[in-house]
Amino acid sequence: MASKASARSPLATAVLWGFLAIWILAAAFPFVWTLWGSFKVELDFFSLRGWQNALTGRFTEAQTGSPFTGQAYEAAWLREEFWRNALNTLIVTGSVVVISLTFGTLGGYALARSGYRYAFWILIVALIFRAMPHITLVSGYLLPFFQWGIWGSIPTTVIVLVAINQPFTLWMLHSFFLNIPKDLDESAMVDGCTRFEAFRRVIVPVMWPGVITTGLFSFLLAYNDFAVTALLLREENLTMVPKIASFLGSTQVDGEIMLAVSSVVSATVPLFLLVMVFQRQIVSGLTAGAVKG
Amino acid sequence: MNVTKRLLLGSALAAVAAPAFADGHLVAGCPVEGRVAILSNDFPALAAVSARAQECAPEATINATTEHKDIQVPALTAEPAEYTVAVVANSSLVPLLTADLVRPLDDLIAEHGANIDPGQMIKIDGQTMAIAFMANAQHLYMRSDLLEQAGITEMPTTWEGVIEAGQALRDQGIMENPLAMNSAAGWNLAEEFVNMYLGYGGSFFADGSAEPAIANETGVQALETLKQIAELSGPDYLTYDSNATQALWSAGEVAIAQMWGSRAANVLEESGEEIAAATVLAGAPTVGGGSSPASTLWWDGFTIAANISDEDAEASFIAMVNGVQPAVLEGNEDKAVWLIPGYEPTPVAVGVSETATGGTAPYPMLPYMGAMHNALGAELVDFLQGSEDAMTALQDAEAAYRAAATELGFLQ
Amino acid sequence: MKHGAFLRFIAPSLAAMVLFIALPIVSVLIQSMHAEHEQVLKVVENCVPFAGCTETTSIDQEAMRELREERPLGRFVGGDIYAGRNHLAFDSVGAAWAASDGIGDFLSRLMNLRFYKALAFTLTYTFVVTPFCIVIGLCVALALNTLPKLLKGPTIFLSILPMMITPLIGGLVLYWMLDSRGILGSALIYLTGDPGLSLKASPVLTWVMLIVYGVWSSIPFAFVVYYAGLQTVPEDTLESAVIDGASRWERIRYVIIPHLAPLTTFIALIQLMDNFRVLEPIVSFSAEANAISLSYAILNDLRGTETALFGSAAATSMLTIIGVAVLLSPVIWRTWRDFTSRNAH
Repeated sequence: MASKASARSPLATAVLWGFLAIWILAAAFPFVWTLWGSFKVELDFFSLRGWQNALTGRFTEAQTGSPFTGQAYEAAWLREEFWRNALNTLIVTGSVVVISLTFGTLGGYALARSGYRYAFWILIVALIFRAMPHITLVSGYLLPFFQWGIWGSIPTTVIVLVAINQPFTLWMLHSFFLNIPKDLDESAMVDGCTRFEAFRRVIVPVMWPGVITTGLFSFLLAYNDFAVTALLLREENLTMVPKIASFLGSTQVDGEIMLAVSSVVSATVPLFLLVMVFQRQIVSGLTAGAVKG
Repeated sequence: MNVTKRLLLGSALAAVAAPAFADGHLVAGCPVEGRVAILSNDFPALAAVSARAQECAPEATINATTEHKDIQVPALTAEPAEYTVAVVANSSLVPLLTADLVRPLDDLIAEHGANIDPGQMIKIDGQTMAIAFMANAQHLYMRSDLLEQAGITEMPTTWEGVIEAGQALRDQGIMENPLAMNSAAGWNLAEEFVNMYLGYGGSFFADGSAEPAIANETGVQALETLKQIAELSGPDYLTYDSNATQALWSAGEVAIAQMWGSRAANVLEESGEEIAAATVLAGAPTVGGGSSPASTLWWDGFTIAANISDEDAEASFIAMVNGVQPAVLEGNEDKAVWLIPGYEPTPVAVGVSETATGGTAPYPMLPYMGAMHNALGAELVDFLQGSEDAMTALQDAEAAYRAAATELGFLQ
Repeated sequence: MKHGAFLRFIAPSLAAMVLFIALPIVSVLIQSMHAEHEQVLKVVENCVPFAGCTETTSIDQEAMRELREERPLGRFVGGDIYAGRNHLAFDSVGAAWAASDGIGDFLSRLMNLRFYKALAFTLTYTFVVTPFCIVIGLCVALALNTLPKLLKGPTIFLSILPMMITPLIGGLVLYWMLDSRGILGSALIYLTGDPGLSLKASPVLTWVMLIVYGVWSSIPFAFVVYYAGLQTVPEDTLESAVIDGASRWERIRYVIIPHLAPLTTFIALIQLMDNFRVLEPIVSFSAEANAISLSYAILNDLRGTETALFGSAAATSMLTIIGVAVLLSPVIWRTWRDFTSRNAH
């Protein structure tokens, strides 16, 4: 993007970058702090006797002989077998993203190309659907799911997450498809393609920026979901987030807070990798030629 | 009684050592045939019981989840029930009873329950509906070193004494906010009110009905006492849940606290040596000259689902009886205050034991108590924050309760 | 697009939504108009460990069984739950109006009712967080777009961290940091010079804390959408603007912002809706004493104690949907205008 149009004066650039630096600090500091603290013991992490303890690791040193300890990671991954939850998360999120995007691109494309009123009303109704608080929805699912014997399995949860995510996916992709000129697929149809062939040959190759952004949000929804996964999955199918929440304990039951902290950090690593891949797609200007409208 | 470092190390080691059981421990009837599926909360003591049950029922499936109480009613309503065993506490048994989802166990006890102590049987209307195997209660944790420093030689046994001691600690500049209890708005605060109100001898409902009866002098007294404690707690006291009070205790920021007995082992383990050594556990204090401690007793036990075949019920019962045999204590003594014959209270169990033997009432198992608890948790905050007087707050709680109880069909 | 083709394209998506959202909404609506049957109580003797036996009340299951089988939904009460004290509370509002000596007094009486207390926070949160997140998100996207290519990747990653960490846990970590003895809490005490400062203790500061958290955690959403949109700004339009002598601000104002307008509508739509359903920060920050939201009221009805109030939760859920519909009506209107103008033949 280093074209003439975006050339800037040094002062303005300094202001912009200064603003960005402050934002990055605000965005990343809590995470960096958690990362650092995950190698301490609980007393230091909370550091109720003074926040400096979290830096120096006073109690960590007293309890383990070194200012850093991998205890929390070891306990989470080996004793609590957190890798099982990581694996489940991989399966659930992967399936949700693929299915959501498949349904969403088809539906979003149809909504963007249909000129009839019902398309508008489907969009609005989908939006209203999205307003329904998830906890209420999930409470309603429980009895029928138990009755039909499909409670607790991964496919059930995947379908529910896909459905809950559909309104958002539809809206997002529908607005991206609106930006793709109609002439593209219509001329293909004039050349004798069916609607679906036109979609596959002409639209699919140029839709990726929108799909990747939408996919990121679908991914995050499934990855971070607590309300649905905590209540709809059996223990052996549990994903990471409800497992992390269970490390926190409850009123009468001890929590193992450091396990939660180390798991939160661990859970962020795959996200880091994902974003590295995702940003290259967007930044490489894949969009540049395609979506110029 | 002082809990020394040695005891702590001992308990830590015991927790690490994996319990090794010989097959000789199995009860008659094991291994069972028939479906056994256990739904329980997720903590080590219950895991130990479930593991023992699984020895008798190798095919058993276990779902230990912190969300157990949210899925138990629909799971047991299905035909057949998803789980044959639900491990419950006194409050979570209530919705199962209300919806008629668990079966009476008397026949099964007569046939397979020779080793069950009559004291473990939870009887409702003459029928045994659950078998309890562990107990819990909130009780006092005190720092003997700080109290000595303030010239208090006798450990307080009443809330009045605790408040006086707290005031002394503050006045002498030893600690600015010496008291703590689980006073977070919502469930925790309501639980503290329930404890205090029962400690004053109050009753929540008019006899034999669901009519609320808390907006009275006893209720006001209970609230005033809570406020006195709050004034000696940290300014954030309305956010203190169990994790928060435990962290405060471990960091040495509190001198006297009322916390859950089930957390005692961990509280001491997390604290540094000096704090752990100076920590004294004692039964919950009495209040207002009352005879029984201002606390409520909680138990955990197992129930057998109603919507399953009799064969599965029998198999499940035998497996669970095997789960709560004295053999389960081996290596797990400090994981809970067990109600299993042969259990000797460990040092960390003293608080719960004293609270129980002091005549503390169990948490009310009334079908409409949940609605009352909810209403209290939401409405009492206004009084503690000073925006309402005690009577108005109690009347608000009654009004909120009435709306909920009407919806639940308990009031017209 | 023809009807048949449209249907084939949208069928999977529509089926999922109808099955898992539309039907449940209908059942929630029905549930919100039903209460449990009048319970038949009887006095029984209960025996428990330590305490021995006591007389207490219990439900007469024999008597109830028939009633439940006859009408499994419970008894129909119409709008009673909606009108009751824990929701719209018409009686209490009327009484408060009659007893109050001015609008301020009336409002403070109104805040004593759960629904209105929740509504007040929910609306404040929604209308403060949404604009802030849009403006800051746009600024971050514009600034990031000027970075050299090499820095973009890591910066994007750091920028979307607040969105990536599970709200429940992310909120909790921040909550610990904001404790008056945590690092952020200590920093605030140092900056303000007030040693007694505690964000958790005062209602006003709790609201501020929740709102700042809300803005912080939703900026990445706006940022990512804007950033993706910025990649599609037509380069030639920008260049011709430069040739016409437009300053940078003018270029942003007259080229970039109009180009991003549909995305702004989209972000506003999603943010208004998400913020209206705010729940996680209140749970993570243990803020119930000072701030509750409509979603929190639902959570409390369903999970607060073991006795779930399904009717009550259903009623609050329906009111939430209505609230969202009202909130979104300007956006919906705009979408309708766009739609009709786009399809005017």
